[in-house]
Amino acid sequence: MKLNYRIVIFALAIAFGVFFSIPSLLQTEEGKKVTLGLDLQGGLHMLLGVKTEEAVSSRMKSMAASVKHFAGRNDILIDGLAFNEKNVQFEVLDSDDILTIDEFLKDFEGINISKDSLVISISLTPAEILKTQKESVSQAIETIRNRLDQFGLSEPVVARQGDEKILVELAGIKTQEEEQRARELISRAAKLELMAVDEDRNARVYNMSEADAAEYGDIILNDVKNPSIKYLVHEIPVLDGGMLTDASMGFDENNRPLINFKLNAEGAEIFGDFTGRSVGKRLAVVLDGKVYSAPNINERIGGGSGQISGNYTVMEAKDLSIALRSGALLAPIYLMEKRSVGPSLGADSIKASLVALIGGFILVIIFMVFYYRLAGVIANIALIANLLILLAVMSLFGATLTLPGMAGIVLTVGMAVDANVIISERIRELIYEGKSMHKAIEEGYANAMRAILDANITTLIASVVLYAYGTGAIKGFAITMSIGILASMLTAILGTHGIYEMLENRIVKSKNNRLWFGIKG
Amino acid sequence: MEFFKYTRTFNFMGRSKGAMAFSIAILLASYVLLFTKGLNYGVDFAGGTVVQVKYDTVAPIDKMRDSFKGNDIFNGASISEFGSPEEVIIRMKTSSGNVTTDVGDITREALKGSGNFEIRRVDIVGPKVGNELKEKGIMSLVLAAIGILIYVAFRFEWRFAVASIVALVHDISIALGAITLVGLDVNLDVLAALLTILGYSLNDTIIVFDRIREGVIKGRSRDLADTINESVTRTLARTTLTSLTTFFVVFTLFMFGGEIIHAFAFTLLVGVVVGTYSSIFVASPILLWFGFSVKNYHNKLAQKEQRNTEKQRMRDQYDSGVV
Repeated sequence: MKLNYRIVIFALAIAFGVFFSIPSLLQTEEGKKVTLGLDLQGGLHMLLGVKTEEAVSSRMKSMAASVKHFAGRNDILIDGLAFNEKNVQFEVLDSDDILTIDEFLKDFEGINISKDSLVISISLTPAEILKTQKESVSQAIETIRNRLDQFGLSEPVVARQGDEKILVELAGIKTQEEEQRARELISRAAKLELMAVDEDRNARVYNMSEADAAEYGDIILNDVKNPSIKYLVHEIPVLDGGMLTDASMGFDENNRPLINFKLNAEGAEIFGDFTGRSVGKRLAVVLDGKVYSAPNINERIGGGSGQISGNYTVMEAKDLSIALRSGALLAPIYLMEKRSVGPSLGADSIKASLVALIGGFILVIIFMVFYYRLAGVIANIALIANLLILLAVMSLFGATLTLPGMAGIVLTVGMAVDANVIISERIRELIYEGKSMHKAIEEGYANAMRAILDANITTLIASVVLYAYGTGAIKGFAITMSIGILASMLTAILGTHGIYEMLENRIVKSKNNRLWFGIKG
Repeated sequence: MEFFKYTRTFNFMGRSKGAMAFSIAILLASYVLLFTKGLNYGVDFAGGTVVQVKYDTVAPIDKMRDSFKGNDIFNGASISEFGSPEEVIIRMKTSSGNVTTDVGDITREALKGSGNFEIRRVDIVGPKVGNELKEKGIMSLVLAAIGILIYVAFRFEWRFAVASIVALVHDISIALGAITLVGLDVNLDVLAALLTILGYSLNDTIIVFDRIREGVIKGRSRDLADTINESVTRTLARTTLTSLTTFFVVFTLFMFGGEIIHAFAFTLLVGVVVGTYSSIFVASPILLWFGFSVKNYHNKLAQKEQRNTEKQRMRDQYDSGVV
């Protein structure tokens, strides 16, 4: 027996493999472990799209609200204030006020102002539109992340994918109902608007069409509890949720859950001004386009706090306050792709793939020993080392093990022994040719090397392409295949060579080719 | 133990015509299937919704169908058993963009009252994502093939590269034909299996080619057919063994890997068999037909060698200060 550099490297590799795979194998408390993919541990994977164009039109809406508020505060008479997804338009009745308006509009960035005598039209510059769209995606990611952090699931993933897509991954969801609750929280616009009821015309609301309402600059909204109750409100809100600083769940005098909210200084001022001006009228609290309540304004309300009462359960009120607190979604999101796996299916998949892995492994091991005798044992040592290293590398890098990834490992078992088959066949051939044992081993490795390298590199090319173009769980397959191939170069080529070198004297002395390489003679 | 001893060389090339006829027949059958019956794209590529439901008892499929009646979302929905009589899979062409209430939720509501069940899996793929996945999938197959082509051309010779690609196309086509025949849903996992076949079949082909290259360089015979026969014979033990071990594991995956991995394992199973066959009976004969000439290759190698020695001589002269 003699030591050589190959066997030393191999021993180190095995030590590395054992050390770093222990946390995953034994599920110890400490140490880095392989993460199970959502298809194995159960969970929700979603790809969400963002309707960025609606972020632009909502900017026009808040622009219109600003103009209205400014004009009201400074006693500037304007007429025909209207907005659409492209611009905001209004007419200044007194030409003396144009200067004041100009001064006011100067503070806004990224807008184009065009004037036709006293009619002013405001639109966003193309760069600003792009910026708004981009921001709406970033803001949606931020908002969804905030909401999920408060939802109570461990380590939710929220990430941008491409330009306008958001990837959401939630592990540890137990039931479909819980999943739906999470989805509700994610997708809720949580757009709070305080809107003035058009008291002059509200009495006629049941006889009005949308178009009629639009003529007065109003819209018709339904009550949240009872959709047959309608309200006619001014389309441009008094203020919106952007000025909200806090929201929390509370209870009313009858112990029913409600939501308390607080406004920032600017919001409080607008709120105070408006309520002062509108005593005797009603203010509709509108959330996501539904009227939650429309209390009468009895006096000027300072301090900037309010309540949203509704007929909700404690759970709903809690989720709603989370949504309000983490801010509204500037643009609505929609579902592009969803993969949801229940925990029981995940457990079944783990069981099934483990059975396949162990079954395949045992078959290969028995076959190799049967066919190659001790050479087969050596190849099997390499195979076990290969699996340990594969697991260790995956644990170390925190790679995700998916169901296709498990299939990749099973396949690695079948293909990793290939290198040893090639080598052993070469050695057998050389023994037949009458070469000495030493020569047979050395030349066998030398001859086999080129073929093994070429074969492995081409498989690696396919795996890398799969990784680059694959999505989700399929990436897991590419990962285990690639690591498996690379590890097999170390174990099956270098490792077994080291073992032969170490045992060479014994092999030569024994003169038992049948025992060592499974051949007669 | 030994399967093959090199006491005689098998005349593979002599049988290549018959093998080729066999291959062409199967290829034709595959293409006819592909163009008449067509691939059955699953949700990943076609878009739509898949809901996997497990009941406590045998799944009441008729009752389920009844509860789907009258809702447009379930138009064209199919229900089929999945692995066991308790478990079924519902395939729908519809998908919805609504995050809060999606097709899965609607299905859950509709099935209420049909028994005690658990929804185990919901896959929803919107049309945009489906098309994207399809494009990406085709791109990945093409890119992998090109990458491999370049590598093999670089390591061997262009005829080797073309021959291995023909073998690949052969294998993938037959695998697709088999998928069509059985009517499997083509999803991302099948694509992954196809890419694995690509790698695996190539692996096999390259081991044989490597031997042919070696035989050509070292060989006494100037006849390519003889060289190929000898090389294929010499790698036959290895080819059989590796195919067997791989077949073992893929077969256990197919038998015990669970219903979800079934399509993947089936595709691989076909691929392993076809890939092994093609490296012997498709790739090698093509080399022969493309007019790969041993003589020219020798000359090329000799020229290369000459250039190298010339270079070396010049360098030596330069180093010793002659030039």
